Amino acid sequence: MSFLNKVLAIVWKDVVAELRTREMFSSMLVFSLLVIVIFNFSFELRVENIAQVAPGVLWVTFVFAGTLELNRSLALEMENDCLDGLFLAPMDRSAIYFGKMLGNLIFISAIEALMLPIFSVVFDLNLILPSLLLTIFLGTIGFAAVGTLLSAIAVNTRAREVMLPVLLFPILLPVVISVTKVTGGILDGVPLGDLAHWLRFLVAFDIIFLVVSFMTFDFVVQG
Amino acid sequence: MSRSFRIEDLLNWLSALSIMVALYLVFVYAPTEATMGDVQRIFYFHVSSAWVGFFAFFVTLVAGIAYLRGGNRDWDLVALSSVEVGITFTAMAVITGSIWAKATWNAWWPWQQEPRLVLVTMLLLLYLAYLMLRAFIDGEEQKARFAAVYGIVAFVSVPFTFMSVRWWQRLHPVVFEREGIHLAPAMLATFLFCLLAFTILYFTLLLHRSRLGKLEDQAAGLKERLQTGEGG
Repeated sequence: MSFLNKVLAIVWKDVVAELRTREMFSSMLVFSLLVIVIFNFSFELRVENIAQVAPGVLWVTFVFAGTLELNRSLALEMENDCLDGLFLAPMDRSAIYFGKMLGNLIFISAIEALMLPIFSVVFDLNLILPSLLLTIFLGTIGFAAVGTLLSAIAVNTRAREVMLPVLLFPILLPVVISVTKVTGGILDGVPLGDLAHWLRFLVAFDIIFLVVSFMTFDFVVQG
Repeated sequence: MSRSFRIEDLLNWLSALSIMVALYLVFVYAPTEATMGDVQRIFYFHVSSAWVGFFAFFVTLVAGIAYLRGGNRDWDLVALSSVEVGITFTAMAVITGSIWAKATWNAWWPWQQEPRLVLVTMLLLLYLAYLMLRAFIDGEEQKARFAAVYGIVAFVSVPFTFMSVRWWQRLHPVVFEREGIHLAPAMLATFLFCLLAFTILYFTLLLHRSRLGKLEDQAAGLKERLQTGEGG
């Protein structure tokens, strides 16, 4: 079995498990909708132009829903000691990292794909733009790269669900700032060339954190 | 044992002396700044604390890598001690920065004008998360391993945070242009001496804190032996 096949086997396992239970997907979906509704009401009273806060609301929703997914993804593995079984599999631990990371990326992207049309309707904005999709994808890679590593740490602590956001959010700040900036820029009609430095920044973040997470994941899951 | 005592004694005296000299330089020797007045004197300790904060977290990164490579628990103690000292100094930098901002811009928290303030606050949050993480893990070995990994990831994120916060600010109207700091020679000398004094203080505190950690370890080991002795 090649490295890629091993990675894909783990991704496939997660996808099949999710397709059978639909636990994560339904909870993320309902949660995201609730976040939008709550934001809508909390801004309704004061904000004149809802389009101005749309990038922020969009990303807060994605980050919250994504954190929920990351927590769930490894908490599931803890039940029945599935994680130990996974580590017993004859393969490199980094294959597990990339497998879980890709799985997370797929689930979070799927939720984002579902949320975008809903967002477009609720905020009366066209969010289905190629440049915006690219931005969201780049941001989600960074999110999944760091998130997978940190969720593997958080799942071993006593306060799992609380620990993950505490660890994740300060590291994720650069991603949140840049994607919100680019999203706002695209919605304002700023030419993509003027936002290119942000996109390059996102790509650099994605690559560096994929490498760092890949290198340190071994230490997180050993023992 | 006696050699390490001597290093500590030396550092104790050296930091006490250098901080006193630094106080003299800051309050008496350095000239009063023309536009900002006396409040500018906060600059010397403010920048020095920020520097020690950065440096301390860098030491945590290095100690984390050393721990993961060799598994020597002393490195973990150094990493933890450095975070604790670093947080103290970073908090000092945030507080003095906020006071300075109030005097200069009439705002305690100038998000837009001073990206560095946001950056340093993020540093504080990152390493508070580091301490929280340690508090929530059982088992010394696992604690050290996870903390080392988080110390590495956290420090790698710092340049990204710095750049994004700077760019984020640049796209907004800048109300107050920061004047280029043209330090008078006496000011520069004071500033450099403060940096040195704070760095010495950092190493003194790091040494004491690491030693305390080691003693804690020993005490825990003795306690365990005592308990198992009673049980058996």
